[in-house]
Amino acid sequence: MADHHDDLPKFCHPVPTKLLFGVFFALIFLTILTVVVSALAGSMGIPSAFMFPIAMTLATAKAFLVCAFFMHMWWDKSFNVIAFLSSLLFVSLFICMTLMDTGHYQSTIESYDVNQMPGVAELESEPAE
Amino acid sequence: MAVADHSHDHHDDHHDHGEFIAHHFDSPEQQFDSGKLGIWLFLVTEVLFFSGLFVAYTLYRNHHPEIFDQAHVYLNKYLGGLNTIVLLFSSLTMALGVRSAQLGKNKSCGIYVLITMVCASMFLGVKAVEYSHKWDMGILVRSAFDFTYTHPDQTIISGLSNYLVYLSVIPLLLLVGFIITSVVFRLIDKAVWSKFWMGMAITVGGYFLGVVIGYLFMAAKIGEAKHAYIEPVRPIALYAMTQDTDHAKEDHAKSDHVKGDGHDKDHDDEHDDEHHDAAHANGEHHDDHGHGEHHGEIPEFDRNVGTFFSIYYCMTGLHAIHIIAGIIALGWLYFRCLNNHWRSDYFGPVDYVGLYWHLVDLIWIYLFPLLYLID
Repeated sequence: MADHHDDLPKFCHPVPTKLLFGVFFALIFLTILTVVVSALAGSMGIPSAFMFPIAMTLATAKAFLVCAFFMHMWWDKSFNVIAFLSSLLFVSLFICMTLMDTGHYQSTIESYDVNQMPGVAELESEPAE
Repeated sequence: MAVADHSHDHHDDHHDHGEFIAHHFDSPEQQFDSGKLGIWLFLVTEVLFFSGLFVAYTLYRNHHPEIFDQAHVYLNKYLGGLNTIVLLFSSLTMALGVRSAQLGKNKSCGIYVLITMVCASMFLGVKAVEYSHKWDMGILVRSAFDFTYTHPDQTIISGLSNYLVYLSVIPLLLLVGFIITSVVFRLIDKAVWSKFWMGMAITVGGYFLGVVIGYLFMAAKIGEAKHAYIEPVRPIALYAMTQDTDHAKEDHAKSDHVKGDGHDKDHDDEHDDEHHDAAHANGEHHDDHGHGEHHGEIPEFDRNVGTFFSIYYCMTGLHAIHIIAGIIALGWLYFRCLNNHWRSDYFGPVDYVGLYWHLVDLIWIYLFPLLYLID
Protein backbone atom coordinates (compact mmCIF):
# COMPACT_ATOMS: atom_id res chain seq x y z
CA MET A 1 0.00 0.00 0.00
CA ALA A 2 2.92 2.33 0.52
CA ASP A 3 4.26 4.39 -2.32
CA HIS A 4 6.64 2.48 -4.45
CA HIS A 5 10.00 4.17 -4.60
CA ASP A 6 12.82 2.07 -6.03
CA ASP A 7 15.51 4.37 -4.73
CA LEU A 8 14.37 4.24 -1.09
CA PRO A 9 15.82 1.82 1.45
CA LYS A 10 13.48 -1.04 2.23
CA PHE A 11 12.73 0.09 5.80
CA CYS A 12 11.42 3.38 4.47
CA HIS A 13 7.68 3.28 3.71
CA PRO A 14 6.24 6.67 2.91
CA VAL A 15 2.47 6.44 3.31
CA PRO A 16 0.55 7.90 0.36
CA THR A 17 -0.79 11.37 1.10
CA LYS A 18 -4.26 10.36 -0.10
CA LEU A 19 -4.41 7.57 2.46
CA LEU A 20 -3.33 9.92 5.27
CA PHE A 21 -6.01 12.45 4.37
CA GLY A 22 -8.58 9.68 4.01
CA VAL A 23 -7.75 8.42 7.50
CA PHE A 24 -7.94 11.96 8.87
CA PHE A 25 -11.41 12.57 7.43
CA ALA A 26 -12.58 9.18 8.68
CA LEU A 27 -11.36 10.14 12.15
CA ILE A 28 -13.19 13.47 12.02
CA PHE A 29 -16.33 11.69 10.83
CA LEU A 30 -16.13 9.21 13.71
CA THR A 31 -15.56 12.03 16.22
CA ILE A 32 -18.62 13.89 15.00
CA LEU A 33 -20.59 10.65 15.00
CA THR A 34 -19.60 10.03 18.63
CA VAL A 35 -20.75 13.50 19.70
CA VAL A 36 -23.99 13.29 17.68
CA VAL A 37 -24.87 9.85 19.00
CA SER A 38 -24.21 11.01 22.54
CA ALA A 39 -26.33 14.15 22.07
CA LEU A 40 -29.22 12.43 20.32
CA ALA A 41 -29.21 9.15 22.22
CA GLY A 42 -32.45 9.99 23.99
CA SER A 43 -34.38 11.02 20.90
CA MET A 44 -33.10 8.11 18.83
CA GLY A 45 -34.35 5.70 21.45
CA ILE A 46 -30.97 4.13 22.19
CA PRO A 47 -31.04 2.68 25.72
CA SER A 48 -28.49 4.42 27.90
CA ALA A 49 -26.92 1.07 28.74
CA PHE A 50 -25.75 0.84 25.11
CA MET A 51 -24.15 4.27 25.10
CA PHE A 52 -20.95 3.23 26.79
CA PRO A 53 -20.26 0.26 24.48
CA ILE A 54 -21.13 2.38 21.44
CA ALA A 55 -18.79 5.18 22.51
CA MET A 56 -16.00 2.71 23.23
CA THR A 57 -16.49 0.91 19.91
CA LEU A 58 -16.25 4.18 18.02
CA ALA A 59 -13.15 5.16 20.04
CA THR A 60 -11.57 1.79 19.28
CA ALA A 61 -12.31 2.20 15.58
CA LYS A 62 -10.52 5.57 15.73
CA ALA A 63 -7.65 4.02 17.68
CA PHE A 64 -7.34 1.32 15.02
CA LEU A 65 -7.11 3.90 12.23
CA VAL A 66 -4.48 5.91 14.10
CA CYS A 67 -2.41 2.82 14.97
CA ALA A 68 -2.61 1.13 11.61
CA PHE A 69 -1.97 4.07 9.30
CA PHE A 70 -0.63 7.07 11.22
CA MET A 71 1.65 4.87 13.31
CA HIS A 72 2.55 2.66 10.32
CA MET A 73 1.61 -0.48 12.20
CA TRP A 74 0.17 -1.93 9.02
CA TRP A 75 3.66 -2.11 7.54
CA ASP A 76 5.61 -2.51 10.76
CA LYS A 77 7.49 -5.56 12.00
CA SER A 78 5.09 -7.97 13.66
CA PHE A 79 7.25 -8.09 16.77
CA ASN A 80 6.61 -4.38 17.40
CA VAL A 81 2.91 -4.87 16.83
CA ILE A 82 2.78 -7.81 19.23
CA ALA A 83 4.75 -5.88 21.86
CA PHE A 84 2.33 -2.97 21.68
CA LEU A 85 -0.83 -5.07 21.61
CA SER A 86 0.42 -7.12 24.56
CA SER A 87 0.31 -3.93 26.63
CA LEU A 88 -3.42 -3.77 25.95
CA LEU A 89 -3.74 -7.34 27.17
CA PHE A 90 -2.08 -6.36 30.44
CA VAL A 91 -4.26 -3.27 30.75
CA SER A 92 -7.38 -5.41 30.41
CA LEU A 93 -6.03 -7.86 32.99
CA PHE A 94 -5.31 -4.94 35.30
CA ILE A 95 -8.84 -3.56 34.94
CA CYS A 96 -10.56 -6.96 35.24
CA MET A 97 -8.62 -8.04 38.30
CA THR A 98 -9.24 -4.80 40.19
CA LEU A 99 -12.91 -4.80 39.20
CA MET A 100 -13.35 -8.35 40.42
CA ASP A 101 -11.50 -7.56 43.60
CA THR A 102 -13.40 -4.40 44.48
CA GLY A 103 -16.64 -6.05 43.39
CA HIS A 104 -16.16 -8.53 46.18
CA TYR A 105 -15.91 -6.05 49.02
CA GLN A 106 -17.94 -3.14 47.63
CA SER A 107 -21.09 -4.27 49.42
CA THR A 108 -19.18 -4.26 52.71
CA ILE A 109 -18.07 -0.69 52.10
CA GLU A 110 -21.54 0.45 51.20
CA SER A 111 -23.16 -1.17 54.21
CA TYR A 112 -20.66 0.43 56.55
CA ASP A 113 -22.01 3.40 58.44
CA VAL A 114 -19.43 6.13 58.06
CA ASN A 115 -20.99 8.16 60.85
CA GLN A 116 -20.21 5.47 63.36
CA MET A 117 -16.51 5.98 62.82
CA PRO A 118 -14.87 7.77 65.74
CA GLY A 119 -14.26 11.42 64.99
CA VAL A 120 -16.48 11.67 61.91
CA ALA A 121 -19.17 13.69 63.63
CA GLU A 122 -16.59 16.30 64.70
CA LEU A 123 -15.09 16.41 61.23
CA GLU A 124 -18.46 16.88 59.57
CA SER A 125 -19.29 19.86 61.75
CA GLU A 126 -16.11 21.75 60.96
CA PRO A 127 -16.31 24.45 58.32
CA ALA A 128 -14.97 23.10 55.09
CA GLU A 129 -12.59 25.85 54.17
CA MET B 1 20.35 7.86 21.11
CA ALA B 2 24.05 8.30 20.79
CA VAL B 3 24.95 9.86 17.51
CA ALA B 4 28.58 9.90 16.53
CA ASP B 5 29.65 12.90 14.58
CA HIS B 6 31.45 11.56 11.56
CA SER B 7 31.03 14.66 9.49
CA HIS B 8 34.76 15.30 9.27
CA ASP B 9 35.85 11.77 8.44
CA HIS B 10 32.91 9.97 6.90
CA HIS B 11 34.63 9.70 3.53
CA ASP B 12 37.25 7.44 5.07
CA ASP B 13 34.67 5.20 6.69
CA HIS B 14 34.83 1.68 5.38
CA HIS B 15 31.07 1.14 5.71
CA ASP B 16 28.40 2.98 3.88
CA HIS B 17 27.93 5.11 6.97
CA GLY B 18 25.94 8.27 6.74
CA GLU B 19 26.39 11.34 8.84
CA PHE B 20 24.29 10.15 11.74
CA ILE B 21 24.84 6.42 11.80
CA ALA B 22 26.25 5.55 15.21
CA HIS B 23 29.41 3.48 14.97
CA HIS B 24 27.93 0.47 16.78
CA PHE B 25 25.35 -0.12 14.05
CA ASP B 26 26.15 -1.99 10.88
CA SER B 27 23.61 -0.31 8.70
CA PRO B 28 21.02 2.47 8.71
CA GLU B 29 18.36 -0.21 8.74
CA GLN B 30 19.72 -1.81 11.90
CA GLN B 31 19.87 1.56 13.60
CA PHE B 32 16.34 2.39 12.53
CA ASP B 33 14.93 -0.96 13.69
CA SER B 34 16.66 -0.72 17.06
CA GLY B 35 15.29 2.75 17.63
CA LYS B 36 11.84 1.67 16.55
CA LEU B 37 11.78 -1.27 18.94
CA GLY B 38 12.93 1.08 21.68
CA ILE B 39 10.17 3.59 21.05
CA TRP B 40 7.52 0.86 20.89
CA LEU B 41 8.67 -0.47 24.25
CA PHE B 42 8.53 3.06 25.61
CA LEU B 43 4.97 3.39 24.32
CA VAL B 44 4.10 0.14 26.09
CA THR B 45 5.28 1.66 29.38
CA GLU B 46 3.26 4.78 28.59
CA VAL B 47 0.10 2.74 28.04
CA LEU B 48 0.66 0.91 31.32
CA PHE B 49 1.40 4.23 33.03
CA PHE B 50 -1.93 5.68 31.92
CA SER B 51 -3.75 2.44 32.60
CA GLY B 52 -3.53 3.07 36.36
CA LEU B 53 -5.70 6.15 35.87
CA PHE B 54 -8.04 4.27 33.57
CA VAL B 55 -8.42 1.66 36.30
CA ALA B 56 -9.26 4.39 38.83
CA TYR B 57 -11.83 5.73 36.39
CA THR B 58 -13.35 2.32 35.67
CA LEU B 59 -13.64 1.36 39.31
CA TYR B 60 -15.17 4.64 40.36
CA ARG B 61 -17.60 4.72 37.49
CA ASN B 62 -18.52 1.10 38.06
CA HIS B 63 -19.28 1.56 41.72
CA HIS B 64 -20.63 5.12 41.64
CA PRO B 65 -22.28 5.78 38.28
CA GLU B 66 -24.50 8.45 39.90
CA ILE B 67 -21.47 10.67 40.56
CA PHE B 68 -20.60 10.63 36.87
CA ASP B 69 -24.14 11.55 35.88
CA GLN B 70 -23.97 14.58 38.14
CA ALA B 71 -20.45 15.66 37.31
CA HIS B 72 -20.43 15.55 33.53
CA VAL B 73 -22.75 18.54 33.21
CA TYR B 74 -19.76 20.68 34.22
CA LEU B 75 -17.73 19.51 31.25
CA ASN B 76 -18.20 21.32 27.98
CA LYS B 77 -18.38 18.62 25.33
CA TYR B 78 -18.03 21.11 22.50
CA LEU B 79 -14.71 22.37 23.82
CA GLY B 80 -13.66 18.74 24.26
CA GLY B 81 -14.75 18.00 20.69
CA LEU B 82 -12.85 21.02 19.41
CA ASN B 83 -9.73 19.79 21.16
CA THR B 84 -10.21 16.32 19.70
CA ILE B 85 -10.29 17.75 16.20
CA VAL B 86 -7.22 19.91 16.89
CA LEU B 87 -5.31 16.85 18.09
CA LEU B 88 -6.46 14.69 15.17
CA PHE B 89 -5.33 17.40 12.79
CA SER B 90 -1.95 17.57 14.52
CA SER B 91 -1.67 13.80 14.09
CA LEU B 92 -2.31 14.21 10.37
CA THR B 93 0.39 16.87 10.03
CA MET B 94 2.76 14.70 12.07
CA ALA B 95 2.15 11.74 9.74
CA LEU B 96 2.72 14.05 6.75
CA GLY B 97 5.92 15.28 8.43
CA VAL B 98 7.18 11.70 8.78
CA ARG B 99 6.41 11.12 5.11
CA SER B 100 8.36 14.25 4.13
CA ALA B 101 11.32 13.19 6.25
CA GLN B 102 11.26 9.75 4.61
CA LEU B 103 11.44 11.43 1.23
CA GLY B 104 14.24 13.72 2.44
CA LYS B 105 12.14 16.86 2.08
CA ASN B 106 13.43 18.74 5.08
CA LYS B 107 11.68 21.99 4.32
CA SER B 108 8.18 20.57 4.13
CA CYS B 109 8.95 18.34 7.11
CA GLY B 110 9.82 21.48 9.09
CA ILE B 111 6.54 23.12 8.09
CA TYR B 112 4.51 20.06 9.10
CA VAL B 113 6.34 19.75 12.42
CA LEU B 114 5.73 23.44 13.08
CA ILE B 115 1.99 23.06 12.37
CA THR B 116 1.94 20.06 14.72
CA MET B 117 3.55 22.15 17.47
CA VAL B 118 1.11 25.00 16.93
CA CYS B 119 -1.83 22.58 17.19
CA ALA B 120 -0.35 21.13 20.38
CA SER B 121 -0.15 24.63 21.90
CA MET B 122 -3.66 25.37 20.72
CA PHE B 123 -4.82 22.28 22.54
CA LEU B 124 -3.21 23.61 25.71
CA GLY B 125 -4.80 27.02 25.16
CA VAL B 126 -8.29 25.51 24.94
CA LYS B 127 -7.48 23.39 27.96
CA ALA B 128 -6.43 26.52 29.88
CA VAL B 129 -9.83 28.10 29.13
CA GLU B 130 -11.55 24.95 30.35
CA TYR B 131 -9.49 24.62 33.50
CA SER B 132 -9.73 28.28 34.49
CA HIS B 133 -13.48 28.21 33.97
CA LYS B 134 -13.75 25.27 36.35
CA TRP B 135 -11.47 26.87 38.91
CA ASP B 136 -13.69 29.97 38.81
CA MET B 137 -16.59 27.74 39.71
CA GLY B 138 -14.67 26.24 42.62
CA ILE B 139 -14.44 22.91 40.84
CA LEU B 140 -11.19 21.44 42.00
CA VAL B 141 -9.93 18.09 43.15
CA ARG B 142 -11.93 16.37 45.88
CA SER B 143 -9.98 17.70 48.85
CA ALA B 144 -9.99 21.27 47.58
CA PHE B 145 -13.47 21.30 46.06
CA ASP B 146 -14.74 24.73 46.95
CA PHE B 147 -18.46 25.33 47.09
CA THR B 148 -18.17 28.85 48.44
CA TYR B 149 -15.81 30.72 46.21
CA THR B 150 -18.25 32.00 43.67
CA HIS B 151 -21.49 33.67 44.39
CA PRO B 152 -24.04 32.59 41.79
CA ASP B 153 -24.89 36.20 41.03
CA GLN B 154 -21.39 36.92 39.90
CA THR B 155 -21.43 35.95 36.30
CA ILE B 156 -18.66 33.46 36.17
CA ILE B 157 -18.68 33.36 32.43
CA SER B 158 -18.41 37.05 31.68
CA GLY B 159 -15.06 38.77 31.74
CA LEU B 160 -11.62 37.31 31.79
CA SER B 161 -10.88 34.68 34.37
CA ASN B 162 -8.09 35.58 36.77
CA TYR B 163 -6.85 32.02 36.63
CA LEU B 164 -6.61 32.22 32.86
CA VAL B 165 -4.46 35.32 33.21
CA TYR B 166 -2.17 33.56 35.69
CA LEU B 167 -1.94 30.50 33.45
CA SER B 168 -1.06 32.67 30.48
CA VAL B 169 1.83 34.45 32.17
CA ILE B 170 4.33 31.67 31.41
CA PRO B 171 3.40 31.40 27.70
CA LEU B 172 3.51 35.19 27.45
CA LEU B 173 7.03 35.32 28.94
CA LEU B 174 8.08 32.48 26.62
CA LEU B 175 6.62 34.28 23.63
CA VAL B 176 8.49 37.49 24.40
CA GLY B 177 11.68 35.58 25.24
CA PHE B 178 11.58 33.54 22.03
CA ILE B 179 10.99 36.59 19.86
CA ILE B 180 13.87 38.47 21.50
CA THR B 181 16.16 35.44 21.16
CA SER B 182 15.22 35.10 17.53
CA VAL B 183 15.98 38.75 16.84
CA VAL B 184 19.31 38.49 18.66
CA PHE B 185 20.34 35.50 16.55
CA ARG B 186 19.26 37.34 13.42
CA LEU B 187 21.53 40.23 14.42
CA ILE B 188 24.55 37.97 14.89
CA ASP B 189 23.85 36.22 11.55
CA LYS B 190 22.84 32.81 12.82
CA ALA B 191 19.93 32.27 10.48
CA VAL B 192 19.09 28.70 11.54
CA TRP B 193 18.93 29.54 15.22
CA SER B 194 16.92 32.65 14.47
CA LYS B 195 14.41 30.59 12.45
CA PHE B 196 14.25 27.99 15.18
CA TRP B 197 13.39 30.48 17.91
CA MET B 198 10.91 32.22 15.65
CA GLY B 199 9.29 28.81 15.12
CA MET B 200 9.08 28.34 18.88
CA ALA B 201 7.53 31.81 19.21
CA ILE B 202 4.92 30.83 16.61
CA THR B 203 4.31 27.66 18.59
CA VAL B 204 3.63 29.60 21.77
CA GLY B 205 1.43 31.91 19.70
CA GLY B 206 -0.68 28.81 19.08
CA TYR B 207 -1.48 28.78 22.78
CA PHE B 208 -3.01 32.23 22.57
CA LEU B 209 -4.89 31.25 19.44
CA GLY B 210 -6.30 28.32 21.42
CA VAL B 211 -7.26 30.63 24.29
CA VAL B 212 -9.09 33.00 21.93
CA ILE B 213 -10.88 30.18 20.08
CA GLY B 214 -11.80 28.44 23.31
CA TYR B 215 -13.10 31.69 24.72
CA LEU B 216 -15.17 32.51 21.65
CA PHE B 217 -16.50 28.97 21.61
CA MET B 218 -17.60 29.27 25.18
CA ALA B 219 -19.09 32.74 24.67
CA ALA B 220 -21.05 31.53 21.64
CA LYS B 221 -22.31 28.54 23.57
CA ILE B 222 -23.42 30.78 26.43
CA GLY B 223 -25.03 33.29 24.09
CA GLU B 224 -27.13 30.65 22.39
CA ALA B 225 -28.26 28.81 25.50
CA LYS B 226 -27.70 31.12 28.39
CA HIS B 227 -30.18 29.62 30.74
CA ALA B 228 -29.31 26.04 30.10
CA TYR B 229 -25.68 26.79 30.52
CA ILE B 230 -25.87 28.69 33.75
CA GLU B 231 -28.19 26.33 35.50
CA PRO B 232 -25.72 23.75 36.72
CA VAL B 233 -23.37 26.49 37.85
CA ARG B 234 -24.55 27.00 41.39
CA PRO B 235 -21.69 26.31 43.69
CA ILE B 236 -23.33 28.12 46.60
CA ALA B 237 -26.46 26.01 46.28
CA LEU B 238 -24.28 22.97 46.00
CA TYR B 239 -22.61 24.07 49.17
CA ALA B 240 -25.91 24.60 50.92
CA MET B 241 -27.01 21.11 50.16
CA THR B 242 -23.88 19.39 51.18
CA GLN B 243 -22.70 21.34 54.18
CA ASP B 244 -24.40 21.81 57.47
CA THR B 245 -22.30 24.10 59.56
CA ASP B 246 -22.46 27.47 61.23
CA HIS B 247 -20.10 28.74 58.62
CA ALA B 248 -22.46 27.61 55.93
CA LYS B 249 -25.27 29.36 57.71
CA GLU B 250 -23.43 32.65 57.54
CA ASP B 251 -22.89 32.24 53.87
CA HIS B 252 -26.48 31.38 53.27
CA ALA B 253 -27.64 34.36 55.23
CA LYS B 254 -25.66 36.64 52.96
CA SER B 255 -27.28 35.32 49.83
CA ASP B 256 -30.95 35.56 49.03
CA HIS B 257 -30.54 32.52 46.95
CA VAL B 258 -30.80 30.00 49.70
CA LYS B 259 -33.60 30.17 52.20
CA GLY B 260 -34.75 28.39 55.28
CA ASP B 261 -31.44 27.58 56.85
CA GLY B 262 -32.78 27.54 60.36
CA HIS B 263 -35.16 24.77 59.46
CA ASP B 264 -32.50 22.98 57.64
CA LYS B 265 -30.22 22.88 60.62
CA ASP B 266 -32.92 21.70 62.96
CA HIS B 267 -34.15 19.09 60.60
CA ASP B 268 -30.74 17.69 60.16
CA ASP B 269 -30.05 17.43 63.81
CA GLU B 270 -33.23 15.49 64.28
CA HIS B 271 -32.70 13.15 61.43
CA ASP B 272 -29.00 12.69 61.61
CA ASP B 273 -28.98 9.40 63.34
CA GLU B 274 -31.82 7.88 61.40
CA HIS B 275 -30.95 8.76 57.88
CA HIS B 276 -27.22 8.85 57.40
CA ASP B 277 -26.67 5.43 56.06
CA ALA B 278 -24.57 5.75 52.94
CA ALA B 279 -21.70 7.96 51.95
CA HIS B 280 -23.87 10.00 49.61
CA ALA B 281 -26.81 10.38 51.95
CA ASN B 282 -25.87 13.99 52.65
CA GLY B 283 -26.95 15.49 49.37
CA GLU B 284 -30.26 13.71 49.09
CA HIS B 285 -31.08 14.17 52.71
CA HIS B 286 -30.57 17.90 52.66
CA ASP B 287 -32.41 18.29 49.47
CA ASP B 288 -35.41 16.41 50.73
CA HIS B 289 -35.72 18.25 53.95
CA GLY B 290 -34.24 21.69 53.64
CA HIS B 291 -34.56 22.96 50.10
CA GLY B 292 -37.88 21.99 48.75
CA GLU B 293 -38.41 25.66 47.93
CA HIS B 294 -36.05 25.41 44.99
CA HIS B 295 -38.80 23.76 42.95
CA GLY B 296 -36.43 21.13 41.73
CA GLU B 297 -34.42 23.55 39.60
CA ILE B 298 -31.19 22.42 41.21
CA PRO B 299 -30.09 18.90 40.45
CA GLU B 300 -29.30 16.74 43.42
CA PHE B 301 -25.60 16.94 43.95
CA ASP B 302 -23.37 14.65 45.78
CA ARG B 303 -20.32 15.85 47.64
CA ASN B 304 -18.33 13.07 46.04
CA VAL B 305 -18.65 14.87 42.73
CA GLY B 306 -15.21 16.15 43.70
CA THR B 307 -13.79 12.67 43.32
CA PHE B 308 -14.82 12.66 39.67
CA PHE B 309 -12.89 15.87 39.22
CA SER B 310 -9.86 14.43 40.98
CA ILE B 311 -9.86 11.72 38.32
CA TYR B 312 -10.61 14.26 35.61
CA TYR B 313 -7.69 16.50 36.60
CA CYS B 314 -5.28 13.59 36.95
CA MET B 315 -6.15 12.14 33.56
CA THR B 316 -6.31 15.36 31.57
CA GLY B 317 -3.39 16.85 33.54
CA LEU B 318 -1.12 13.92 32.87
CA HIS B 319 -2.19 14.06 29.24
CA ALA B 320 -1.38 17.79 29.13
CA ILE B 321 2.08 17.08 30.57
CA HIS B 322 2.58 14.62 27.73
CA ILE B 323 1.55 17.32 25.27
CA ILE B 324 4.17 19.67 26.72
CA ALA B 325 6.83 16.94 26.50
CA GLY B 326 5.68 16.33 22.93
CA ILE B 327 6.14 20.01 22.06
CA ILE B 328 9.71 19.90 23.40
CA ALA B 329 10.49 16.78 21.36
CA LEU B 330 8.89 18.33 18.28
CA GLY B 331 10.98 21.46 18.82
CA TRP B 332 14.09 19.30 18.63
CA LEU B 333 12.81 17.77 15.36
CA TYR B 334 12.11 21.25 14.02
CA PHE B 335 15.68 22.32 14.74
CA ARG B 336 17.04 19.28 12.93
CA CYS B 337 14.68 19.90 10.01
CA LEU B 338 16.18 23.38 9.69
CA ASN B 339 19.62 21.77 9.61
CA ASN B 340 18.54 19.42 6.79
CA HIS B 341 19.36 16.29 8.74
CA TRP B 342 16.70 13.95 7.36
CA ARG B 343 17.31 11.61 4.45
CA SER B 344 15.50 8.52 3.27
CA ASP B 345 17.98 6.32 5.15
CA TYR B 346 17.95 8.50 8.26
CA PHE B 347 14.55 9.71 9.45
CA GLY B 348 14.25 7.62 12.63
CA PRO B 349 13.82 10.47 15.15
CA VAL B 350 10.91 11.94 13.19
CA ASP B 351 9.27 8.53 13.11
CA TYR B 352 9.83 7.93 16.83
CA VAL B 353 8.56 11.31 17.98
CA GLY B 354 5.67 10.81 15.57
CA LEU B 355 4.79 7.51 17.23
CA TYR B 356 4.87 9.18 20.64
CA TRP B 357 2.70 12.00 19.34
CA HIS B 358 0.14 9.57 17.91
CA LEU B 359 0.03 7.76 21.25
CA VAL B 360 -0.83 11.04 23.00
CA ASP B 361 -3.58 11.47 20.42
CA LEU B 362 -4.70 7.88 21.00
CA ILE B 363 -5.07 8.45 24.73
CA TRP B 364 -7.15 11.55 24.09
CA ILE B 365 -9.35 9.53 21.72
CA TYR B 366 -10.35 7.45 24.75
CA LEU B 367 -10.39 10.29 27.30
CA PHE B 368 -12.83 12.35 25.27
CA PRO B 369 -15.81 9.96 25.31
CA LEU B 370 -14.98 8.70 28.80
CA LEU B 371 -14.95 12.14 30.42
CA TYR B 372 -16.99 14.44 28.22
CA LEU B 373 -19.67 12.24 26.72
CA ILE B 374 -21.18 10.61 29.76
CA ASP B 375 -24.94 10.42 29.41
